[in-house]
Amino acid sequence: MTTMDARSMGASVRRIEGPDKVTGTATYAGDTVADGTLVLHPVQATVARGEITAIDTAVAEALPGVVAVLTHRDAPTLGDTGDPEHRVLQGTTIHHRGQFVAAVLAEHAEVAAEAAGLVVVTVDEAPSTTGFDPDGEAYAPSALANGQPADSGAGDPDAALAAAPVVVRASYATPMEHHNPMEPHTTTATWVDGRLEVFEATQGVESSRQTLATLFDVEVVVHASHVGGGFGSKGLHAGTVLAVLAARTVPGRPVRFALGRRQMFEAVGYRPATLQHLSLGASHDGRLEVVAHDVVGATARYKEFVEPAGGSTRSMYAAPHRRTSHRAVPLDLDGPTYMRGPGEAPGSFGLECAMDELAVALDLDPIELRVRNEPEVHPENGLPFSSRGLVECLRTGAERFGWSSWDRAPRRRLVDGWWHGVGVGCGTFPTLRFPGSTAEITFTGGRYVVAIGAADIGQGARTVLTQIAADALGVDVTAIAVEIGSTQVPVGSIAGGSAGTASWGSTVVEAADRFRDKYGENPDDGDHADAATPDNPWAGEYAMAAYVAQFAEVAVHADTGEIRVPRLLGMFGVGRILNPTLGRSQLQGGMVWGLSMALHEESVVDPRFGEVINHDFAGYHVASNADVRRVEAEWIDEDDPYVNPMGAKGIGEIGIVGVAAAIANAAYHATGVRVRSLPITCDDFLTSGLLSP
Amino acid sequence: MSTTIPMSITVDGERHDLAVDPRTTLLDALRERLRVTTAKKGCDHGQCGACTVLLDGRRVLSCLTLAVAKDGSHVVTADGLATDDGLHPVTEAFLAYDAYQCGFCTPGQICSAVGAIDEARRGMPSAVTADLTGEVTLDRTEIAERMSGNLCRCAAYVNIVSAVEDAAHGTAPRSSTLEAQA
Amino acid sequence: MKPFTYARPAVASEAVTTLAADPDARFLAGGTNLLDHLKLGVVEPSQLVDVSRVTGTAIEELADGGLRIDAGVPNSDLAADARVRERYPAVAAAILAGASGQLRNMASTGGNLLQRTRCAYFADPTTPCTKRDLSQGCSARGGWARYHAVLGTAADGCIATHPSDLAVALVALDAQVQVLGPDGARTIPIGEFHRLPGDDPTRDTVLAHGDLVTAVDLPATTPAVRNSTYRKVRDRASYAFALVSAAVALEVADGTVVDVRIALGGVAHKPWRATTAEATLRGRPATDDEFRAAIAAELDAAAPVDSPLGGNAFKIPLVTGTVVSTLRALAGGAA
Repeated sequence: MTTMDARSMGASVRRIEGPDKVTGTATYAGDTVADGTLVLHPVQATVARGEITAIDTAVAEALPGVVAVLTHRDAPTLGDTGDPEHRVLQGTTIHHRGQFVAAVLAEHAEVAAEAAGLVVVTVDEAPSTTGFDPDGEAYAPSALANGQPADSGAGDPDAALAAAPVVVRASYATPMEHHNPMEPHTTTATWVDGRLEVFEATQGVESSRQTLATLFDVEVVVHASHVGGGFGSKGLHAGTVLAVLAARTVPGRPVRFALGRRQMFEAVGYRPATLQHLSLGASHDGRLEVVAHDVVGATARYKEFVEPAGGSTRSMYAAPHRRTSHRAVPLDLDGPTYMRGPGEAPGSFGLECAMDELAVALDLDPIELRVRNEPEVHPENGLPFSSRGLVECLRTGAERFGWSSWDRAPRRRLVDGWWHGVGVGCGTFPTLRFPGSTAEITFTGGRYVVAIGAADIGQGARTVLTQIAADALGVDVTAIAVEIGSTQVPVGSIAGGSAGTASWGSTVVEAADRFRDKYGENPDDGDHADAATPDNPWAGEYAMAAYVAQFAEVAVHADTGEIRVPRLLGMFGVGRILNPTLGRSQLQGGMVWGLSMALHEESVVDPRFGEVINHDFAGYHVASNADVRRVEAEWIDEDDPYVNPMGAKGIGEIGIVGVAAAIANAAYHATGVRVRSLPITCDDFLTSGLLSP
Repeated sequence: MSTTIPMSITVDGERHDLAVDPRTTLLDALRERLRVTTAKKGCDHGQCGACTVLLDGRRVLSCLTLAVAKDGSHVVTADGLATDDGLHPVTEAFLAYDAYQCGFCTPGQICSAVGAIDEARRGMPSAVTADLTGEVTLDRTEIAERMSGNLCRCAAYVNIVSAVEDAAHGTAPRSSTLEAQA
Repeated sequence: MKPFTYARPAVASEAVTTLAADPDARFLAGGTNLLDHLKLGVVEPSQLVDVSRVTGTAIEELADGGLRIDAGVPNSDLAADARVRERYPAVAAAILAGASGQLRNMASTGGNLLQRTRCAYFADPTTPCTKRDLSQGCSARGGWARYHAVLGTAADGCIATHPSDLAVALVALDAQVQVLGPDGARTIPIGEFHRLPGDDPTRDTVLAHGDLVTAVDLPATTPAVRNSTYRKVRDRASYAFALVSAAVALEVADGTVVDVRIALGGVAHKPWRATTAEATLRGRPATDDEFRAAIAAELDAAAPVDSPLGGNAFKIPLVTGTVVSTLRALAGGAA
């Protein structure tokens, strides 16, 4: 088994849609211009639980410019997708604050918003629970969000902990976080002649099509030429259903619903809060005897989603005695969902901080501790690794970072009033391939048109698929024209799970092989071939995953506790990087997400009102340009012939994994203050009494 | 609905006469009325910078600007920066340094960068200017601070700073650092 | 957003008359805060009176050696003015620490002083807020109070903070606010311009309806003011409101504090002039211990709030650290 020869793959081909993006002429879901477009403004529940007893729409309907007001009274019964979030205007029950309970359609945005404020909703409020209490009522879920079992284990962890010479027990908290892509979720929908056409901010046009077709029993076409970021949030949420419900009432007229930023905190999912109890037991020479990772996480009462925070602990380190468990606390909030590095991002904070604490307890270099516990095979399922670059990433990264130049003891470096320290955190993310795509290749006008319903959400799918196709067909990238982002081209799986490129790329390679088999090197105009996503023959034979070692330098102000990150280095083992420029951009972006998670992001739910109270960009901070100083993403040479023909592991999510732990560990190294709750802010140091020299 | 008020505005070199509801923001006037969708609505509350345009030569947030208050003004969006000679040097630099991913904040970033470079050339200090009375040197720290009003959730910040640095110092490569795509 | 009419008067007196005649009218200047509140439904004016073309945009020398800053001067121009940078560095630094380049281009000098609190409950009309409506209680108490006040609060009352950076510097420098009202022009010392919440937290300033800020006067600079700065501590490195900030001016001779001015932001309903700390420090050695003792005296009256969603007790050590480190830096080698 070998990977394909690379000519275009591995080259820094510029983003194909670049000129459109930098001039602003790339069209996103809200950028379609059509005469007669109506604007939708929703009416939302202002309590977390209850029953609607009355809705008075008369005043709103009378406002000039209002075309229609929708409520549950006149909504049709929708088909069942199995997702409670899709049951929009299907009854009187309120499951969470912010739920859409009505909508105004108007000629202009100002009027729609004004009219929405005139709709009077009377609610019989019920008691609700919206604040995450890890000691509250919890249940054992039947599965994690990714389908994995909630619990796993081997040996006798409790007995092993009791017997282990060195033990670290600590609990780590990660908060609720919201994706906040820069483009709020937007739908422009037109219902005409029994057909629904939707311009949608989505990570998967086909999955959106299927959902809408099920809900509305209608022929659906979905377009997403450009998507302004997704990060897991751009599945199909209630807002899209609401927009289509509205469009259905005004056949022939486009209806636009662009969520406002506040609605991004109550209608499109989030990463749920976790409290993670870590128990590590080791011998004096730093061999792990036991790893236990017990997670309590929030979920929504009306829609279960259990963040698999203990998932990656199942494969990171060798130990004879092991346990992971997940318990879920149901809340009366909207449904959580996948957010960049779901499971791995919060879970690596717990595990990798605990490993750092163990290294301190052992007086051992934290890199050496990890090297000593590198598993030879997957510790739970016993499969060999298709490739596993963690140790090389640690060693290469440490060298590049200058790790050995730092005294391992904490509180040793005070420079211009700032305590400096360094830390390391590791991570993994599975290498997946989703079935169900079809690629079609047509030779026309001297170029190969490669069509597949992929989504470019900023990761560079259009560009990288062009490179893959070029190499698969043995031609230059200039001979390739990729068509994606619509259900009017063959089916594509979602841009998610860091599996987009692997899934679509494998499909394109398969179609290219068939095309060459049929037509050779000199096809005629109109020749075409297609192929479905091939199964990976090595699935079940090897454990496949990407790895990273993250290094952080942190500075903490000795008087104020302000924390900054002057330097991040991520050393990645991710197989072949298909486009170094785009790949580096994506990995760096993921690392900045890790920085943002470490220092900034926290959605604060006020249980008195059942809402995220810091529901805007002033209250919910994401990293700004000034927070980001030196961020380097590098990778080891890694030839993995088993993952896919390209030899490429997904890189969308691995970038964030391990960063928050690296920063927290560096903060400890800088100050001697161990912070076990994110985000890390000045108060953590100010109240420690340890700041001043 | 409010009584509309007539106004005129020049956008990317083209004059428009229109009548607006006084509540209409400049951003909504551009996008919904004039169909100039290059300025993006990321938050609509002045907290993200995606709607940044150059208003009479200065970078501003079009979401917090009432259209009616800017009667007679000149607006330049990212699409209007190009000249007959080609793309603006800042635009070129964003391409060359891959200073964007999803592209949604990018038009605002580029308008902001054009404004920021101009402000620095006029000697305007920033929060990280060490000597408030001295010269302004547009180094990476200065650029990052001056560009912090433009959030980028893809977090292309490192490349944005590189692009602005190169454009500011007149050495923006014409896409030569990367293999050009036909 | 409810409909409103729009007026653009030609001169300031006309703007004042127009506004005074309509109790629900509001002035519109840079609009950076007002438009936000219009969209949120925090304010619902009947009319906007656009003063952006009637308030001047000049910065002029005053006979006493001070500067007069017209209310219409954009924040960015004020911070860039060479005289301001040289003679009043705390003013330039305070402006530059706030908002973003775009917002500073839009925001006016007068409008900056009239910003309303960024309290999340104030900005969310679905939650009770005593600052929006006197008949309601304060939701920040017991809620997300991380950014809230520790000084000048009353039991159970509003704990909002004033968000302006510029105003903190102006308070430290004893600026004067020029106001044109229905009854004519008057001058208000900046220290008396902003209010503590008292029994009416809906009012941020002493201005009456129809009062228009026309200019801000900076008094002649002093050795301490020339040696002044603004230090802002925030969770994000830029584009964020202050947890705590300090405008500090210091003159030290022979290791002794000759003159000192300290104003704090992020701690009270108004920019907080730390008069107790100043009085404690004058004539004392410029040392860390003295600095610390002085600010501790100021914070004696602090009343932080506890909250399950994040209280603000950390602001006590944060103010201390911020002020001490800023004084130390201004003292140069003296500390």
